[in-house]
Amino acid sequence: MEPEKLKERVLTLVPEAELEENKQFLTFFVPAGKLHAAAIRLKEDEDTAFDYLFCQSGTDMGKYLMVVYHLESTLLGHTMVLKVKTEDRENPSFDTVCDIWRTAEFHEREIFDLLGIRFNNHPDLRRIFLDENWVGHPLRKDYSDEVNIVEL
Amino acid sequence: MKEKDFRDNITLESFKQTGQGILLTTIDDIIDWGRSNSIWPLTFATSCCGIEMMATGAPRHDFARFGIEVYRASPRQADVIVVAGTIVNKMAPVLKRLYDQMSEPKYVIAMGACAVSGGPFYYNCYHVVRGVDHVIPVDVYVPGCPPRPEALLYGVMQLQRKIKLATITDAVKIQKVK
Repeated sequence: MEPEKLKERVLTLVPEAELEENKQFLTFFVPAGKLHAAAIRLKEDEDTAFDYLFCQSGTDMGKYLMVVYHLESTLLGHTMVLKVKTEDRENPSFDTVCDIWRTAEFHEREIFDLLGIRFNNHPDLRRIFLDENWVGHPLRKDYSDEVNIVEL
Repeated sequence: MKEKDFRDNITLESFKQTGQGILLTTIDDIIDWGRSNSIWPLTFATSCCGIEMMATGAPRHDFARFGIEVYRASPRQADVIVVAGTIVNKMAPVLKRLYDQMSEPKYVIAMGACAVSGGPFYYNCYHVVRGVDHVIPVDVYVPGCPPRPEALLYGVMQLQRKIKLATITDAVKIQKVK
């Protein structure tokens, strides 16, 4: 699908999405509460058919925490990006998408492990890389460990 | 490396020339010649240095010329472990176990900045071992990020020089002198 048409179609399906300009991919911010419903619509609609989550990543932007979903349609060959953010650093949480794209299960465990973002309804949310008894989430900007980290 | 810069072992080299009987040194020479020209490395690579190590083994550089030749997939058959790449805290116990499983005499080459000192991961990192010598004793350090195959070959040649110093009377002690 052409980028302009795809943009129109996504905005029709997810009216609350906000377009982010001048990005490599067609990028939309979605309110955290609407994410799960929007993802289902984008996957099941025949014109968008985003059946493949090829990357899911978490980011600490300083002021807010963000999760980025890179989507691709293997049928139609187009791609887009969904972003959700929260300013709650104490107990950030989003809805899981691993019932929609199974691959999200491990991605979300990684994001939880390194950034401490929780995913509601995730079947098995525990650390994936670090030890079970690790304290803190090391990719947070405010993470500090005076014993193991040499500050530059 | 020039002879005068090779400080660690130069006393040993001269000691060996003067300090022992003809019989022992002759036997030593034969054994060391055999050992130093048939070093079997362990198939062990954790990141980009591993690619460079494979290139060293490939036809263009071909470190079979130096006898470091047959990659063994089992530590029990390996003589040298080339630590090619970053070692994170979670891997460190595994690396230690691999080293412990190798049979004596065994040698370690730390290849690349990560294995030498932690390299690019030295500062502001929560997960990387800052130098593999925190975990296992290292014989030869090969700096670079990653080192070119020529550098690894040079490191291998220095290791061979070190192996040639071993004597059957005191093999272990000399190996541990750094």
